[in-house]
Amino acid sequence: MVRGEGKDHAENMSIVQVSGLRKSYGDKVVVRDASFAVEEGEIFGILGPNGAGKTTVVECIGGLRVPDAGDIRVAGLDPRWDHAAMTEVLGVQLQSSELQPKMTVVEALELYSAFYRNPLDWRTLADRLALGPLLHQRFGKLSGGQRQRLFIALALVGRPQVAVFDELTTALDPRARRDTWALIENVRQSGVTVLLVTHYMEEAQRLCDRIAVLDRGRVVAIDTPSGLISMSDSPTVISFRPSRPLPHTDLQALPGAVSVAEHGGHVTITGTDETANAVIGLLAAGRVIATQLRVVDATLDDAFLHLTGPNPRGDN
Amino acid sequence: MSARVAVLKAETRLFTREPGTLFWVLVFPPVLLLGFGLIPGYRDADPDFGGRRIIEFYVPGTVLVALITASLQAMPVALASYRERGVLRRMRTTPARPSDLLVAQVVLHSAAALLAAVLVLALGLGMFGVELPRHPLAYLATLALGALAGLAMGAVITAVSRTAKMAGAAGLSVFFPAMFTAGIYVPLPALPGPARQLAELTPFGAAAQALDQAAAGSWPSWNHLVVLTLWTVLLLAAAARWFRWE
Repeated sequence: MVRGEGKDHAENMSIVQVSGLRKSYGDKVVVRDASFAVEEGEIFGILGPNGAGKTTVVECIGGLRVPDAGDIRVAGLDPRWDHAAMTEVLGVQLQSSELQPKMTVVEALELYSAFYRNPLDWRTLADRLALGPLLHQRFGKLSGGQRQRLFIALALVGRPQVAVFDELTTALDPRARRDTWALIENVRQSGVTVLLVTHYMEEAQRLCDRIAVLDRGRVVAIDTPSGLISMSDSPTVISFRPSRPLPHTDLQALPGAVSVAEHGGHVTITGTDETANAVIGLLAAGRVIATQLRVVDATLDDAFLHLTGPNPRGDN
Repeated sequence: MSARVAVLKAETRLFTREPGTLFWVLVFPPVLLLGFGLIPGYRDADPDFGGRRIIEFYVPGTVLVALITASLQAMPVALASYRERGVLRRMRTTPARPSDLLVAQVVLHSAAALLAAVLVLALGLGMFGVELPRHPLAYLATLALGALAGLAMGAVITAVSRTAKMAGAAGLSVFFPAMFTAGIYVPLPALPGPARQLAELTPFGAAAQALDQAAAGSWPSWNHLVVLTLWTVLLLAAAARWFRWE
């Protein structure tokens, strides 16, 4: 998408390719026929509610689990057979995998550097991730944000082509989360492709070039954040406070209107651009004065609920 | 530096930061021997033991205590906590292998137990005039075999415990029987015949008797060595069967 556009499609090998991935634990099917491709240089998001199978997908890519069916390639390597070679091109931060509590930051950086053939200088990495003042702190004494910074450093120390971050910001306070976002953008700028697993809409919308939405083990959509938002049948939200009450039925009948809600004299209508125009026409025709009139795009949140709701359109 | 060496180096440093382990493996066994030595009569020749001194039986016993605390208590808790915290899982995504960590733990705990054995022997000699083993090679070989059996038992404890807490509890439940069969509560020769024979069928009972024979200057009886070997094979097979990386 980002750098591969000029190339011929047939010879354009994506840096991460997942096709027809299927995985069950016992009777429970966790991932069903998931397919997507991550292009070099992008931040690709895997977004989904808890239990959607995001972590399983990532564990299969990282070679920690063997898929029941399907094919995975990371920089052309198969995680099942080329595990050793793959660990050199893929840096992974998995959920719930810690370090030895009494190991210091500098010891962890030195240890993980020793694992790779051609590691980055960990001192530079520590500076980039503001770990300098923490070098002699023990892992067990680090805050959540500090741990995540160390994990990012460990995922990058082997000079990977692709970095996978699974729920990196889940346990962080809003400030640390924003700091981490800046670091992830920084990672991409340094030329590393990022595969980001998250259930935070704001995070996905802000960081990702493209997003695969995963719901109950299925990929229900792959698009840019704005593409996903426009997929929603109500991409526009209109809200205002009318000078006199308007009949609900009139509002409901507006073209493209999907929902109408009123709270203490404040009306919220979801629909399309067309609905917005019609609302303005209706207000003018009825000589109704609207205060606090706002017309905004729906967020990824709305799109996500639409895609993964109890009866998503993509469900089959 | 290879990954395996780097892991061993890092784990050695971490090992020195575990005061509990250091105490139970390196300090407790010599102190225990010191305590036995202070009991009146234990240092005198006892006609009930063929004219030998009771303290002499406690030297191999306390050597085994170090092995027991290292392999049944310290190592399973360390390994189970690495698994519980996802340390092993994290390692699987790097070019290093989680087995490097396993090897490092086995090496460190055996080395610590061996060091404790040296301390106990030195203390026995220095404080109570207990002669050093007369057949050092047989002694060392027996100790190595005993360590293998103990570590294999520790590996089984790790394999069947989901958490570090469970590993601690499981370790403790075999700790007291192990201490008993090693002859810490009552020296094995003082046990009534059938009880002694039963103790000699356990890994630490067989090891205690074999060490005593090697100390006296001969190769241990083959039955003790067979018992130890069988236990080792059985326990290793069980550990390999049930151990999970996560």
